[in-house]
Amino acid sequence: MTEKTTTYSSTKEWLLTDTPASALQAAAGRAYLGLLEFLKNRLAVLGLMIIVALVFVALFAPYIAPFDPILTDLKHRLLPFSAEHFFGTDELGRDIFSRIIWGSRLTLYVIGLVAIIAAPVGIIVGTVAGYFGGIVDMVLMRITDIFLAFPKLILALAFVAALGPGIENAIIAISITSWPPYARIARGETITIRNSDFIRAIRLQGAGPIRIISGHIMPLCLSSLIVRVTLDMAGIILTAAGLGFLGLGAQPPSPEWGAMTSSGRSYILDHWWLITMPGTAIFVVSLAFNLLGDGLREVLDPKSDN
Amino acid sequence: MLNISNLNISFGHGSEKNHAVKDISFKVKRGESFGLVGESGSGKSTVLNCISGLLNHWQGTIKVDGVPVSQKRDLAFYRKVQLVFQDPYASLHPRHTIDRTLKEPLAIHNFSDINHRVEKVLREVDLGSQFRFRYPHQLSGGQRQRVAVARALILEPEIILLDEPTSALDVSIQAEVLNLLQDIRKERNLTYVMVSHDLAVISYMCENCAVMSQGAMVEMISAKQLKSGNLTQNYTKQLFTASKGYDRAAIDLFQDF
Repeated sequence: MTEKTTTYSSTKEWLLTDTPASALQAAAGRAYLGLLEFLKNRLAVLGLMIIVALVFVALFAPYIAPFDPILTDLKHRLLPFSAEHFFGTDELGRDIFSRIIWGSRLTLYVIGLVAIIAAPVGIIVGTVAGYFGGIVDMVLMRITDIFLAFPKLILALAFVAALGPGIENAIIAISITSWPPYARIARGETITIRNSDFIRAIRLQGAGPIRIISGHIMPLCLSSLIVRVTLDMAGIILTAAGLGFLGLGAQPPSPEWGAMTSSGRSYILDHWWLITMPGTAIFVVSLAFNLLGDGLREVLDPKSDN
Repeated sequence: MLNISNLNISFGHGSEKNHAVKDISFKVKRGESFGLVGESGSGKSTVLNCISGLLNHWQGTIKVDGVPVSQKRDLAFYRKVQLVFQDPYASLHPRHTIDRTLKEPLAIHNFSDINHRVEKVLREVDLGSQFRFRYPHQLSGGQRQRVAVARALILEPEIILLDEPTSALDVSIQAEVLNLLQDIRKERNLTYVMVSHDLAVISYMCENCAVMSQGAMVEMISAKQLKSGNLTQNYTKQLFTASKGYDRAAIDLFQDF
């Protein structure tokens, strides 16, 4: 075969070439095709835009928020919408708009940490159980079953009650309750691929279980797991807000959306904006994650129709 | 080079016990190509899986180079004996580039000069360097099987086990892959053990072959016998007739073994 040195006239050509010259180019081309597929789904792009906006707002909260979120001003309590207070003020005269802006940091903090803790635990437990089978599988899956036997929020409540209220404990409690479904998914995927020829082939080349699980099985479980985690983000936000609402999550005066709806509850009839504004924020962000998750499923999940 | 004696394996327990391989013994000399033929379910692939180490509850002796191998294999064994799978669509990892598939065994066995070895083996199986960073789904069936052969060759083994390496390919590609395998064998003085149900492929590739039926060895024949049809066992004769294509009169005479 003759070596061809090709020059690419554009980035697009470089990405879509049949004959990539390096592993990086091959991976980039694959990612580009995935991106094109994703962009076809308008709703998913909308979801992604909302999440990007959320991250942007959280990063620049001090510059966007016009007021200090915990500064009380009793002379101006329970004010309706105005040019000064976009979303009005709450029962202690704090600016609701500023509190929602700062609250986005807490929301991101919760979902980020839960994803970082729960997803790896789930994928490791699931792939190890699925790959080894037998007694290892039985022990790990029975532990998973114990966690799955409780409703998620109730178990989280029990953990927070035991650990003490606070946002860090809420994160730990939510993580503990959200890894079992990921372990189940990863185990199911592992069982379908562990006897395939390409896994046998690498075993016959002398690879050990660590190399096989981390390099060959995990990448194949990852796509369905990413989709599931994204779809679960909405649930995580709601659980965090629920814990906040019950007074077991973030503690006052921190501007957590769930805690804000809780404290606005007593004013719901006369001053509806106290509970509606943070509630809407929770709704929009949850919806955005669901839309993004659906879009990712179409790109990543080979079993979907598109 | 390879010496199998009294190999037995069974699956299941009690009344469902299936004695899949019964007392199989054969020898393969260095540089020889040995075939195992038989109909589906005759246990020929199971024999190969016992030798390669995919199955480890067999009884009997398997000697490679005069040294008996145990049920559990070590790295040195995998460097000596490699397997090429039947279905090239299933035997390559769908998310790994060809480059990674070929580099992985080298990394496991701590080879040096990895890049150079990958280039060399790709040239050897007639795949250009433009294929190196493709994913398996960007290759045709024949190209994939060449990659699978390259993966088996890259550890420089002495014995290659071939599990119906061409049965998943269409006829025009089959000949290409078989010729490639023959060339590589001559060049590297490799020993082949090849499983097939296709007598034509076996008679082209192998000097000797064993005919298997229901887990037992029926007869050992040479390629010359196979070509001339000079066979002693009734089962082998029937298999030989069946391989010539459909014939109503012949099928009416068939008996169950």
